[in-house]
Amino acid sequence: MRSKLKLSSILFAAAMVVYVANVLGILFTVVLNSISKDWFRGVFPKIFTGDWYRYVSRDHDIGSLMFVTFTVAFLDVLIALAVAFPAAYVLARKEFRGKGLLLSLFLLPMIVPPMAYGIPLAMLCYKFHLAARLSGVILVNLVPIVPFMILILMPFIEQVGTNLESAAVMLGAKRWTIFRKILVPLTVPGILTAGILSIVKTISMFDLTYLVAGGNTQTIVVALYADAYAAGARPPQAVDALAVIYFLTAMICLLVALKFVSPTQMVFKLK
Amino acid sequence: MSSASKSGSKVLLAPAIAFLVLLFLYPFAYGLYLSFTKADGGATFANYVRFFKDPWDFRTIWTTLWISLPITFINVGLAIPFAYYMRRGMKGEKTITFFLIVPITLGAVLISEGMLSYMGPRGWLNQFLMAIGLVHHPVRFTHNYLGVVISLGLSGFPYAFLMLLGYVSGINPDLEKASQMLGASKFQTFWKILFPLMVPGVAIAFCLNFVMAFSVFPSAVLLGQPSGPTRVIAIAAYQWAFEKFNFNAASAISMIMAAIELIVITLVLVWRGRMYKGASIVGKG
Repeated sequence: MRSKLKLSSILFAAAMVVYVANVLGILFTVVLNSISKDWFRGVFPKIFTGDWYRYVSRDHDIGSLMFVTFTVAFLDVLIALAVAFPAAYVLARKEFRGKGLLLSLFLLPMIVPPMAYGIPLAMLCYKFHLAARLSGVILVNLVPIVPFMILILMPFIEQVGTNLESAAVMLGAKRWTIFRKILVPLTVPGILTAGILSIVKTISMFDLTYLVAGGNTQTIVVALYADAYAAGARPPQAVDALAVIYFLTAMICLLVALKFVSPTQMVFKLK
Repeated sequence: MSSASKSGSKVLLAPAIAFLVLLFLYPFAYGLYLSFTKADGGATFANYVRFFKDPWDFRTIWTTLWISLPITFINVGLAIPFAYYMRRGMKGEKTITFFLIVPITLGAVLISEGMLSYMGPRGWLNQFLMAIGLVHHPVRFTHNYLGVVISLGLSGFPYAFLMLLGYVSGINPDLEKASQMLGASKFQTFWKILFPLMVPGVAIAFCLNFVMAFSVFPSAVLLGQPSGPTRVIAIAAYQWAFEKFNFNAASAISMIMAAIELIVITLVLVWRGRMYKGASIVGKG
């Protein structure tokens, strides 16, 4: 029994080491490649340079990429909150006919992968002349975020007891006052969780953005894909330099997010 | 509450329902409509007939299944014992989950770009494998089937693992204690008590992992051979839409893609239904 237990912990540790080593290997290769020259053999490069970053900043409008990426992320969070919070409130508090059906409909955009509904969605964007525009990119990125937020916010709203609200109603408070003075302050942790996770998700959302973004409405990850796709058009180290810029952006947001939430909240939550 | 305020609260659902209809259901219906129409608007089945008659396109179904099914089984199959092992928490759990969430957060594009160098013929992985004498020539990990499968493993495994971890740690630990007090071995406890209770979670983890793998796109292009062995169905749909600008054909492929995913999900849920009935009997007995 004892030796069996030991074997399992060795296997577990070994597998985790292999996994972590490969993830770190991938990330460090990208970073080292982007700051080195003539790294054809050997464990580490011998010549270091900042040339590829200068190349990338000539090649791309990094400012515009950052602006689009963060504008889309922040505006989407604000719009999604405005849409998701009231819905999460009703779904958390009220019982009504068809609630189960409505909930599973809201889950659908989280379960159906973006590539499956993204193409018809992109065609609609072309039809209504939203494609290659910032508004189009913002609109399509709402699709996975709104259901995600509803799902995260619901338990937070359920936790706020109905007593406070009933008391406020008895004291003559209006709905808007209850919302502003009771619900929002007590669900700040939920709003933060939902907001931060959505920002991280939107920054790394490739599929949907790629299908509707155009030249100057590309986010960093879409520009990175375009560069990697056109391998040969520019030095691979320059592609890696852009990869590092994306990596740092996403990583900083992830680290901020992990200050508030646990990693298990970032995947689809099972009931 | 008065009936006025009751109906008033339903109004709060309106924005979310409008969102769902306009940005999800309507595009889907539009795609369905396009898939059954000709470019000039007449009704037709031609888009579907063309797909199934064209071996170059029809083959993408098998190509994609051949990529997505094995790696889904591997991801979920590995995630079950690992989640089981970590169900009571452990030292270094935060560090482990952090490294698991990184590939999910960074996404397929960055992982693919990194794998191209790291797993390339002169990359660290091949240098290491040759240094320890495991292989004598560099292994080809990229620009083939294997590369796409590895990238799906790197992002799919943590996804399945983190999902199941949340699920397993929610199972009442008393059940396990009771089973062991009654003399069941560790394996019996897992196989007869915990696993049946995990089945609903395993089923959903499998479904989500499968649909993600089945709709693989960026890594199939960057890490695979997008004009051959890794020409997945999403590439076919993309090419018809944005290279040939035939939205009707592209919509048909999107619908076929969704239909196959639906079929696999249904099969998994049927399996869950069978397993779960057994589980409740075990739980009560």
